Amino acid sequence: MKKFFNKIGERLNRISSMKLTLLAVLSALVVGAFIIIISDVDKLKSGDIAGAFSTVGSAYWALVVGSFGSLRAISNTINSSTPLILCGISVAIAFKAGLFNIGATGQMLAGGMASLWVGFSMHGPGIIQVPLAVLAGAIGGAAFGAIPGFLKARTGAHEVITTIMLNNMMAFFVLWLLKTNLFQREERTDPISKLVSAEGKLPRLFGFLDGRSDLIAHAGFFVALGVVAAYWWFLKKSTTGFEFRAYGLNSDAATYAGMHVKRLTVLAMVFAGGIAGMAGAAEVLGTYGYASANFAGNIGFDAIAIALLGQSSPLGTMFAAILFGALQAGGRQMQANSDVPIDLIVVLRALIVMFIAAPLLVKTIWRTKSATVSAGQTFRGWGS
Amino acid sequence: MKLELRGITKRFPGVVANDNVNLALNTGEVLSLIGENGAGKSTLMSVLYGMYKPDEGDILIDGSPQVFTSPADAIAAGIGMVHQHFMLVPVFTVAENVVLGVEPTGALGRLHIDEARRMVREISDKYSLDLDPDAVIEDLPVGVQQRVEIVKVLLRDAKVVVFDEPTAVLTPSEIIEFFEIVKTLVSAGRGVVFITHKLKEALKIADRIAVLRRGKVVGEVDPKAASESQIAEMMVGRPVKLTVDKDTASVGDVVLKVSDLTVLDADGRTHVESVSFDVRAGEIVGVAGVQGNGQTELVEALTGLRKAAGGTISLDGKDLTHSNPRERHQMGMAHIPEDRQRQGLVGGLSVAENLVLTRYHDDQFSHGVIVDWDAADAIADTLISEYDIRTPSKETGVGTLSGGNQQKVIVARELSRDLRLTIAAQPTRGVDVGSIEYIHSRIVKERDSGTAVLIVSTELEEVMALSDRLLVMYRGRVVAELDPKKVTPMEVGLYMAGSRPDGAVVA
Repeated sequence: MKKFFNKIGERLNRISSMKLTLLAVLSALVVGAFIIIISDVDKLKSGDIAGAFSTVGSAYWALVVGSFGSLRAISNTINSSTPLILCGISVAIAFKAGLFNIGATGQMLAGGMASLWVGFSMHGPGIIQVPLAVLAGAIGGAAFGAIPGFLKARTGAHEVITTIMLNNMMAFFVLWLLKTNLFQREERTDPISKLVSAEGKLPRLFGFLDGRSDLIAHAGFFVALGVVAAYWWFLKKSTTGFEFRAYGLNSDAATYAGMHVKRLTVLAMVFAGGIAGMAGAAEVLGTYGYASANFAGNIGFDAIAIALLGQSSPLGTMFAAILFGALQAGGRQMQANSDVPIDLIVVLRALIVMFIAAPLLVKTIWRTKSATVSAGQTFRGWGS
Repeated sequence: MKLELRGITKRFPGVVANDNVNLALNTGEVLSLIGENGAGKSTLMSVLYGMYKPDEGDILIDGSPQVFTSPADAIAAGIGMVHQHFMLVPVFTVAENVVLGVEPTGALGRLHIDEARRMVREISDKYSLDLDPDAVIEDLPVGVQQRVEIVKVLLRDAKVVVFDEPTAVLTPSEIIEFFEIVKTLVSAGRGVVFITHKLKEALKIADRIAVLRRGKVVGEVDPKAASESQIAEMMVGRPVKLTVDKDTASVGDVVLKVSDLTVLDADGRTHVESVSFDVRAGEIVGVAGVQGNGQTELVEALTGLRKAAGGTISLDGKDLTHSNPRERHQMGMAHIPEDRQRQGLVGGLSVAENLVLTRYHDDQFSHGVIVDWDAADAIADTLISEYDIRTPSKETGVGTLSGGNQQKVIVARELSRDLRLTIAAQPTRGVDVGSIEYIHSRIVKERDSGTAVLIVSTELEEVMALSDRLLVMYRGRVVAELDPKKVTPMEVGLYMAGSRPDGAVVA
């Protein structure tokens, strides 16, 4: 019998980081279920334990149905995932180079405004205008991302501080822009932008289905998938990708090896900014068709959790973003169907991140031994 | 007390780190555990210290089996460990560090720091460790920090003290002091386990030597009856040459010319002061000196990692004082850095990736912005077999290899191309006997092919054996140029300490 348990222990010892991630998600769902049960005071008071459990069942079932259960649900999931994938990759690519990009929000705003400007001022055919507008978004985000990169390379200013500050600056800059004649919609007094021309919007994925205006997923999703592929290629094949990885893992060795580490710092933030800028473009050109003051929402911060969850790998980050997108899409359905507020989604995401950050905790809960799985490379400390 | 390890076996996926190991230790004696890196010494001690659970076998104290589930159990049973990397809080005082975890406290958990100081002083006096309880750790030399670790262990009343590679971080004079401490410990009735891969030290201090190879104890020898080469053969499993074989150098033109080089650190302190020398094709020039006399900064300036504050450096007549590391690399300069884990390798990347770390951008390994991983993999296969790098595969993370094999990865990468100048800093630090022999022969081979070689090492024997010409650095200056065949280590040692054999003080 003892041998049998040892064997199981050995199996679990070789647990991969992928499994660890899945276990973290599972752990979060279990804790989430517990929270649903104890917050259902009425049922608890009446001792209706079975009823409490059925609430959990219906809530989680609504999550699944609301995210993948219908064409509309899938469309919602795709739509929510698109900016999350892009911002997730933005944070991930910076992580690879040992930098912590908290500035995806600001870069997204910068990119979104740049693409918006192309979107409403150009009136060319969509096939030209849309790619140009997305490109403008990438350039806008990249330019804004370059600032913390340059500050770090030149002065050593830590990117965590500078990107947070720049997020605020960009938020207020956007607010100001939206009140200028250039951007503000005619006859409006609130900060809301002109509309992107119909030709200039990212085409809807299900636009060929008549009368289904509720299917809002747009071609930005393909842009995101393209970026995932490009990121994979970059890491695997390109010289700069190799430099990013070496620099991120050991900056001293990268310097020793003759890599231009200051250039890499700037470049990493330019790439990160450019990708986040495309997320802004996707939201403005695809989801909304205009910009409001807060069109970036919380996406830039969720992206940090996504990159951590996906361990900065291309596919891992993509799936993590789709998971978060699905939770968001399903959360609305859950709220409608089962009295469980959508805030549970925030709790679930927080729990997932917590369990990812604490691999030992997950290992203890699921009785896997040894602490050999590393939390993965993230970013260098404050000293470097 | 009698400590016994009986039939200890510890397996990791794919490796048997310890294979049926039997060892015994009585208090009042020094047992040296010797073996190459990766032979299983550290695993065995981790088992003893409760950090790993053995798959088979027992730990017995005075005949009764023990179960250690954590170091706390091992400490309670009277086993203490001094790790190679010290576990001290740099900003705390000696007394604070020593009592950390076993603080003498009064009402409401108030710390009795006076009591802590008294305890440190008492132990320090008893074993003549000469420690100031109020000194702050970060101000203390490494040798003194090690004594703090020893006090920590003694305060927890260890009957058996395990030292893991204790001399690796010490200067020659600190090593002598350390041996005195070991003798005091033993005469006070404690048992000492001394883990090392340095033969001379084991012979000098041990009462018994147990040799470990590939997880097994291959034999136990009596230091009074054994020779260095005998033990080396047991460690490696084949006869090993402990001396460097080389013919007379056929010296060519000047390759590296250093004139009046001055190097400062970020705070403006001078580390290298007006140093001039040259290295010719086909010769090995050694730089000897006690650690911290400017050798590190000299090498960094020569390789472009640090700016020269004054003077010039030229290679084959071309001035490269202001060139960056990559430009120097492309001019045929190889650099084996002194700290392989910090600088020489990216531990998280694979062996193959590390083998092209300085060369991935060469036409051979890249087309435009694309790395040709097929070409890199091909050269990795070649280098792994040519340089006898022991690795499960070329995809293995380089950080998991033993020190000797990590160093071979660097040596393979740096020497496997056409070179004009090779700069090797501490090329065999922390490297096992078998690999040392190999790395030395590679360096000599490089010389014989007409490359200029500069060796910087704090191991006096090593520089003296390898060099054709010997420079001695003291406080940032080159204070002597010597012919290693005509001087004794004693004489060089005097220069290293800042004096001259005739008794005069240098500079």
